[in-house]
Amino acid sequence: MAGHGHHEESFVSKYIFSQDHKMISKQFLVTAIAMGVVAVLLSVLFRIQLGWPSEPNSFVHFFLGDRWAPGGIMSGGAYLALVTIHGTIMVFFVLTGGLSGTFSNLLIPLQIGARDMASGFLNMLSYWFFFVSSVIMLTSLFVETGAASAGWTIYPPLSALPQAIAGSGLGMTLWLVSMVLFVASSLLGGLNYVVTIINLRTKGLTMTRLPLTIWAFLITAVLGVLSFPVLVSAVVLLIMDRSFGTAFYLSDIYIGGEALDVTGGSPILFQHLFWFLGHPEVYIVLLPALGISSQVISTNSRKPIFGYRAMIGSIMAIGFLSFIVWGHHMYVTGMNPFLGAVFVFTTLLIAIPSAVKAFNYITTLWQGNIRMTPAMLFSIGLVSTFVTGGVTGIILADSALDVQVHDTYFVVGHFHIVMGMSAIFGMFAGVYHWFPKMFGRMMNTKMGYAHFWVTMVCGMGVFFPMHFIGLNGSPRRYYAYSEFEYLNATVDLNVLISVFAIIGGIAQIIFLFNFFYSVFRGQKASQNPWQSNTLEWTTPVEHVHGNWPGALPVVHRWPYDYSNPAYEEDFVPQTVPLKPGEEEH
Amino acid sequence: MMKLLIILVVILGIVALAQLAKVYEHTRELRKTREEDISYADNRMNAFLWILWMIVFFGSSLYLMVKYAHTLPESASEHGVALDLLMDVNLWLVTIVFFVVNGLLFWFAAKYYYRKDRRAKFFPHDNRLELIWTIVPSVVLAFIIIYGLKTWNTMTGDASEAAIKVEVTSEQFKWFVRYPGQDNVLGAVNVNMIDPGTQNLLGIITEESIPARIETVDASIAKEKEKIDSAAKLALLPASAVEAIEDKIFRLERLKQRILDIKNYEVKGVSAWSAGADDIIASPAELHLPVGVEVELNFRSKDVIHSAYLPHFRAQMNTVPGVPTRFKMIPTITTAEMREKLDDPDFDYLLLCNKICGVSHYNMKIPVIVETMAEYEAWLATQPTFVASEEPAAEENATEEVATEEVAAENVSAELITNED
Repeated sequence: MAGHGHHEESFVSKYIFSQDHKMISKQFLVTAIAMGVVAVLLSVLFRIQLGWPSEPNSFVHFFLGDRWAPGGIMSGGAYLALVTIHGTIMVFFVLTGGLSGTFSNLLIPLQIGARDMASGFLNMLSYWFFFVSSVIMLTSLFVETGAASAGWTIYPPLSALPQAIAGSGLGMTLWLVSMVLFVASSLLGGLNYVVTIINLRTKGLTMTRLPLTIWAFLITAVLGVLSFPVLVSAVVLLIMDRSFGTAFYLSDIYIGGEALDVTGGSPILFQHLFWFLGHPEVYIVLLPALGISSQVISTNSRKPIFGYRAMIGSIMAIGFLSFIVWGHHMYVTGMNPFLGAVFVFTTLLIAIPSAVKAFNYITTLWQGNIRMTPAMLFSIGLVSTFVTGGVTGIILADSALDVQVHDTYFVVGHFHIVMGMSAIFGMFAGVYHWFPKMFGRMMNTKMGYAHFWVTMVCGMGVFFPMHFIGLNGSPRRYYAYSEFEYLNATVDLNVLISVFAIIGGIAQIIFLFNFFYSVFRGQKASQNPWQSNTLEWTTPVEHVHGNWPGALPVVHRWPYDYSNPAYEEDFVPQTVPLKPGEEEH
Repeated sequence: MMKLLIILVVILGIVALAQLAKVYEHTRELRKTREEDISYADNRMNAFLWILWMIVFFGSSLYLMVKYAHTLPESASEHGVALDLLMDVNLWLVTIVFFVVNGLLFWFAAKYYYRKDRRAKFFPHDNRLELIWTIVPSVVLAFIIIYGLKTWNTMTGDASEAAIKVEVTSEQFKWFVRYPGQDNVLGAVNVNMIDPGTQNLLGIITEESIPARIETVDASIAKEKEKIDSAAKLALLPASAVEAIEDKIFRLERLKQRILDIKNYEVKGVSAWSAGADDIIASPAELHLPVGVEVELNFRSKDVIHSAYLPHFRAQMNTVPGVPTRFKMIPTITTAEMREKLDDPDFDYLLLCNKICGVSHYNMKIPVIVETMAEYEAWLATQPTFVASEEPAAEENATEEVATEEVAAENVSAELITNED
């Protein structure tokens, strides 16, 4: 790919079947934004139901129609489908495909000084698998029997038996097909990222001079490559059980007036396979966001990231530990209590590298000179959500306490803050920070401020009270919390949450407007608007195929020389050679 | 009308944003400012907003904690008291961390906002500091782990021999409760034995229920065969319908074979097939428990995974088709006492479903009634045994599935564990 960026490209090869990592990155971003809009809309719809259960609502009726919301009241089946698809889209399509797809693609070649990904073709395939998978997932919303409705974790037998719930018919089949394609996309992307980072770093860019973004993307890709195949095997076995009469997950089932001819399978097996992906998945979502925030916080504090090597160590430790903690999702499945105890131990170990990361971020801010760009606000917000959601994880990791709060709103609050808000804040931070690199224009800062503060307030307003609903013993995935008297204690919180959810959802229009307006009308960007050290800001504002018009840059130092007392400027790009006698940090 | 209004508001909002953006663009051009240059005023405003946010966030968090952290009544089970204490200790710890760490974050973010004449401190790392915040969390976590696992161990051991055995079985969207009767041994069950025709809803195996079940299956087969015979005579049915019937007959014959394959085994020297006769299936389905006595709740599921959640007892266990599970506890407060404490004469403990199981998941519950031993025994005496209820006339009962071999294996392993102890 290198060096032949001058010939004329057709529209199709430039914008559609592009093999250029920068264009693929934009494709991922726009697709993820579209999917995110759908997922937010779904959540607003089911929050209306939860805030004002079974009250006719014309907004709900407008989107769901007579079939799924007769008389403007959402049906129980529709509710579960909305919850399921909201979770699936957010976890996989926005925060996995969208986040890694956008920023790994954009930043890996640019920050390591490479002309492009190791394989532009695989990269293109990765996007198109993602696109087709997204389309299938959205299509599943429109099938006769409804979309998959067994929760995003699709535990069999509920997901295996159409007799159990209508959504386990064609809707679930499409879900499974979509997921297989998604995993293919993720693997193609992930392998490409790993190979590129290992092989294509420019001269002088040793592993200990890599920006933390790249470290985060590397470990994320490794996690994905090791864990997603396990999800595929789980999904394939489920497809076999559903369509070919096997019984991997089924045993001793009496449903629809008939004892099924299945013996010897175990539904728990699925959970082991699913969470073997599912837990690393949390970090596949989170690590890129942490990588982005490291970069943004250091740049905008005009300070080196504190404890660079400790940060790398924590990323690796978190990555490793994430593979041996999956059982904490299964404390109440009847799993051997001793095994549960082992998972308690490994799970709580993760708190140590996480604490190191949080304190390192805070120390980076200490005595800094903080520029409040929208990206910086989102990054600081990320540290706050990471801490706030992280500490409640300590409660859930404790098997004894999990007995009381397992599958309650406590869990919903916990993971939406620590994984949902943190990762989406990382993604927003990335968009605001690298928008000039992607589109050659600046986003509007004032709108960025409004977007951040409304999102921060509404996000916490939605998810923080959920902990208390959970402590009151409210199960998740309930269509209404009006059937049990003891749940009345928190009924006002449910209304509050719904109000915040609706305001927060509408506020995202500010971002959408800012984004698309700035793509076409934003102020023209300068080459290095944030006065950053990393290599992507040494490329020209106008994109060229191969990234650098001339020779590739040569790296002489780590990326965090901000406010180095040996220099007058408060930043020293990685391409600046060391002064005689200067020691590298 | 509402729809129109919403659409109108959205469109107007976007137009207003566009106009604002244009005005903003013009002023930016006039002042010759660049988007990436954050003005002193903006930096200071955001610094101020961080402090404001800290006050609002901390204030409302405190309000929620005070008002909502203990909305559930005190625990009605023995282990629940220990669990509540563990919960409080942990909540206190994480709340302190929450306030301290977030406070530092917001404070630093506000204090060190950008000023032209300042320069950030070049402070790339400090081994001593990093050691501190590796070791301190490690020590705190060690305490949390040890304390948590101690509680976990007391909760999860085997129930004592004297514990009252109760079986709770889930089905979309109801619960069945079975008591073992005089022998304190739950009779064997098998999913293939479930027969609404003879009211054997839990599939209990007895010497009598097997032939009864075979009879039902035979009758079904005969009925299907008759359909085919009459169809052949009249040539009324299309070939596909005949095929469907033949398929059904095949499945029924497989079912019959599976019933014939069921084997007996012994529990504590008693034939598992004889243990079921005196079993009692609560009708209406309610979980009655005597106060102050250990109960071993055994869980099964007929169709999908459910979860038996007893929030007032701080107890939960999934019910999994094909995999029996159990949970032991000692109820400590009777329903009557709790009603008095809460000053609510309608209060009932509940057992509800806490694992997504289908459209009526949100309303799958039964009351739990904790009473004195005398009341409990009196209630039990009013309930018919399985044999009595199986008589064609009187019918109410229910059941569950799990292959006998697995039940046997389960019992053997339970025995082994007991021996080791």
